Amino acid sequence: MKLPIYMDYHATTPVDPRVLEAMLPFFTEHFGNAASRNHAFGWEAEEAVEKARKQVADLIGANAKEIIFTSGATESNNLAIKGVAEMYREKGNHVITAVTEHKAVIDTCKKLEKLGGRVTYLPVQKDGLVDLEDLKRAIDDKTILVTIMAANNEIGVLQPWAEIGKLCHERGVIFHSDATQAVGKVPIDVVKQNIDLMSISAHKMYGPKGVGALYVRRKNPRVQISPIIDGGGHERGMRSGTLNVPGIAGLGKACAIANEEMPKESCRLAGMRNRLRDKIMGRLDEVYINGSMEHRLPGNLNISFAYVEGESLLMGINDVAVSSGSACTSATLEPSYVLKALGTGDDLAHSSIRFGIGRFNTDAEIDYVADRVSETVERLRELSPLYEMAKEGVDLKSVKWAAE
Amino acid sequence: MAYSDKVLDHYSNPRNVGSLDKNSPDVGTGLVGAPECGDVMKLQIKVNPQTNVIEEAKFKTFGCGSAIASSSLATEWVKGKTVDEALSIKNTEIVKELSLPPVKIHCSVLAEDAIRAAIHDWKKKKGVEEPVTATSQASH
Repeated sequence: MKLPIYMDYHATTPVDPRVLEAMLPFFTEHFGNAASRNHAFGWEAEEAVEKARKQVADLIGANAKEIIFTSGATESNNLAIKGVAEMYREKGNHVITAVTEHKAVIDTCKKLEKLGGRVTYLPVQKDGLVDLEDLKRAIDDKTILVTIMAANNEIGVLQPWAEIGKLCHERGVIFHSDATQAVGKVPIDVVKQNIDLMSISAHKMYGPKGVGALYVRRKNPRVQISPIIDGGGHERGMRSGTLNVPGIAGLGKACAIANEEMPKESCRLAGMRNRLRDKIMGRLDEVYINGSMEHRLPGNLNISFAYVEGESLLMGINDVAVSSGSACTSATLEPSYVLKALGTGDDLAHSSIRFGIGRFNTDAEIDYVADRVSETVERLRELSPLYEMAKEGVDLKSVKWAAE
Repeated sequence: MAYSDKVLDHYSNPRNVGSLDKNSPDVGTGLVGAPECGDVMKLQIKVNPQTNVIEEAKFKTFGCGSAIASSSLATEWVKGKTVDEALSIKNTEIVKELSLPPVKIHCSVLAEDAIRAAIHDWKKKKGVEEPVTATSQASH
């Protein structure tokens, strides 16, 4: 077993060697501009792009013409939300999203508010899921867009998209979903699930960084978006800029692999995830899983280890790459807003670790990580005044802590 | 973020971990910080009643590696000092010793507070009235 172990697949994934192989010819040999219409170099590039477009579409039940290539999911989210807001501004100015969305959605919505839009941020339930009744109530005659992610990047919770999509279509509202974490991990059918716009990222699914896509529905209903990047009119005018041909070829290949291997892979990942959970929970007490276990990405586990601070835990398992919701590991010095939205106390948010299990992890790695985490938590609990107080029977909630 | 060797050393081999009898008249206990803020330090001192020298110091900390290192270092530094000498320990000295980056300065502040809180508690037991200097003292 090679150290360090990578178990942070929600942050990014390595490029699958098969994906890399599909990309390489487009750097040196077939380097043409896909927009060059009158020579073979351009045709080859265009052919590669169209092949990839089909591969992406096939994975999500779309038509190739409905795929717009972008630089990644952040751009796709911006394009979907700002593009709809501008295109449908005569119809309304109200957008609905959820508090647990990725910053690429939340901050884009905040920008809309600055520009005069109105945004409703739906709360989530304790398991991380949006309450459909809340959504129903939030939709009014000025609502033009609902943007709810498919799978959460921290807790891996899968939102009830099919129901959300159905509700949106009944009310004549466009439904966008940031599916960055879900594409290639769980089955998606944009037609059945009534998704109108969907953001896709390559580097979360064993493709390269810097490339993504936006699915834009062409019928029932036909969705239109205003571009946010103007220029040469690429991607049917929705996204100008010379196409990243190698990246796009890589995204296409990554989608094709996922399409083929998803059933097997998701079983394997869920098995490893459950093994990790069972090993840790079998050894440690006062360990809490954040978010629904039932509606969850197969490779995700997010656990809070009471009385132990997340960054100090990461420090103790320094040969394992995972993430924490602790304030100390964030740029903002605030604990995870996603965990707070679930009603997890700040103390437990500081104590959380996100395990992202992926394609290249092994059972041996799972066992190693479970042992390392457990022994480090045990060691740090011996160091923890909170653990000592809890063991003495002190109710930590009743202690009057002075704020820093 | 890269940690300094000294932080790593204190994290891996924390000095003076443990607890003293908080009901003993010679023991002062400081409990500072809050779980919601991600840092709680408990620092205890045992003071020689004749000489006012801190003979023993113990700590337990819930917090990041820098918080653990700051409190571990604090116990090392107060040991052998008189109560008044210990009160003169400044957080900036802890920052320097551990090469803490700016985002971790609050860990050193908390360690200084913990020393003050422990001494304050000891003085209270002794019946010596002193103005409270710790800003983040927690109480049951």
